[in-house]
Amino acid sequence: MADERIDLEQIRAIAHLARLRLADDEVEPMRRDINAILGYVDKLNELDTTGVEPMTHVAVERTPMRADEVREQRVIERALGGAPEVSDGSFVVPKVVG
Amino acid sequence: MRERYEAVIGLEVHAQLLTRSKIFCGCSTRFGAPPNANTCPVCLALPGTLPVLNREVVSAAVRLGLAVGSTISRQSRFARKNYFYPDLPKGYQISQYEQPICLGGAVPVHLDGVARSFALTRIHMEEDAGKLIHQAGRGESLVDFNRTGVPLLEIVSEPDLRSSAEAGAYLKSLRGIVQYLGICDGNMEEGSFRCDANVSVRPVGATELGTKAELKNLNSFRNVQRAIDFEIERQIDVLLHGGAVVQETRLFDATTGATRSMRSKEEAHDYRYFPDPDLLPVTIDEAWIESLRESQPELPEARYRRFVEAYGLSAYDADVLTDSRELGDYFEACVSIHENPKRVANWVQTELLGYLNEGNRSIAESPISAANLAEMLNLLESGVISGKMAKTVFSEMAATGSAAKPIVDRIGTQLTDGDALSPIVCAVLDANPGQVEEFLAGKEKVIGFFVGQIMRQTKGRANPQLVNELLRVELARRKETT
Repeated sequence: MADERIDLEQIRAIAHLARLRLADDEVEPMRRDINAILGYVDKLNELDTTGVEPMTHVAVERTPMRADEVREQRVIERALGGAPEVSDGSFVVPKVVG
Repeated sequence: MRERYEAVIGLEVHAQLLTRSKIFCGCSTRFGAPPNANTCPVCLALPGTLPVLNREVVSAAVRLGLAVGSTISRQSRFARKNYFYPDLPKGYQISQYEQPICLGGAVPVHLDGVARSFALTRIHMEEDAGKLIHQAGRGESLVDFNRTGVPLLEIVSEPDLRSSAEAGAYLKSLRGIVQYLGICDGNMEEGSFRCDANVSVRPVGATELGTKAELKNLNSFRNVQRAIDFEIERQIDVLLHGGAVVQETRLFDATTGATRSMRSKEEAHDYRYFPDPDLLPVTIDEAWIESLRESQPELPEARYRRFVEAYGLSAYDADVLTDSRELGDYFEACVSIHENPKRVANWVQTELLGYLNEGNRSIAESPISAANLAEMLNLLESGVISGKMAKTVFSEMAATGSAAKPIVDRIGTQLTDGDALSPIVCAVLDANPGQVEEFLAGKEKVIGFFVGQIMRQTKGRANPQLVNELLRVELARRKETT
């Protein structure tokens, strides 16, 4: 098992990027879990896929496109209704720029 | 010391596309709607929604790629650019990373009369983020998602630009191309054509790149150039004082003309790009590319060359008149009626643009139609009105939107009849004996005074050359008789 592929520093960096707060005693178990997952996925790398086109979807091969037409959907009142705080038709969030 | 350094500049331009609907949903892209009016479950990132690509966005990208000679990728992919910010509801921006729709290409420019071109790295499609309105004095911000999902093309240049002047010329040319294509309005002030600049310096002759700073908040052509100039000097100063340039994002402040650090590399984003599983590869077949190629309009560079060759315009005139598609159309509409291209070029640039700029108006808002201006120039050419009268007629056309003919009918045509003008000339001389004496004593300049008086009496209609001739003849006659 590729136990050392992800170290503790990387676990902390990934947690920060995902905005997850990990307690100090959670970091090592998380490292073990992620390394186990990577080892499991590594199984797939044992297959030789040289010359095999990546399959992106089972049914269609190209992304469908739509015409450039406006379709109004008035859902904003309901969406705002689910927000913790609303002002002047806008969502209110804590200030993010210093 | 300073000249031992050279600047290396690359530009990233975001062009907001003029589609009716957003890139991945049917919401309107209309500007100025009430906050969050143009939103739906897709662009609000509600769970269970899926993006569906707007075909027009792909068309626009291909058309720009064809215009600048890019290689059009027959298959390209969308990727997720992951970061957290309140104006980005999904927690990622759908963009393109490893397989952009266009690769390579070049933007042609004219710099000091020399034709050059600057290479492009890539052009890709992506969605815009929303807008945050910061509440002054309160610890909160308002989020408006109307702009979320508005389509953008990001156009990335190679780091081949060496000065702010080159950067300015590149930007101006690129803006002309997207405007001629009709895919973007190119308005920097309103943010529909945005530019970030990557600037570094290095010793002249070095091949390795220096550490770069990314400049943001450049909301006009002038500010792009000011920010680059400031940043080049700042970085050279740092190096000359033995320091090292830090890789960071810097904001330009238009009031101070300086750039200041926004975030350094330590906090730089790790975007963790990966192919978006919600969107399959975008494939473009030959037939589509060909039909887009066939529908391409004439582009600024081609039009510039045609204006020089077909109309005999100077490089400068051709450059000004092809600056926008509308201005070029106006000029050509005039020339189709008044067949003296140079005269049209002069009047459009000096009188018309002068008048429009004064009122901060665009050519589309001109109160004088191309046909009206051309007909006025026809009256001038045929001598019905004088050059001086033409300016009067022009002013009145501008003020009222009227055609030239009714104005000339009212104020009268040019007086070119010597027999009719002679009595006025004599009367003016008789009424100003003092000035006549001065002239006869050798003070030639007084002739201007007489011309002015005669023009006043004829309400500007007298042919100025004829008036001059008549005055000289009459004054010479009086000299002999004294």
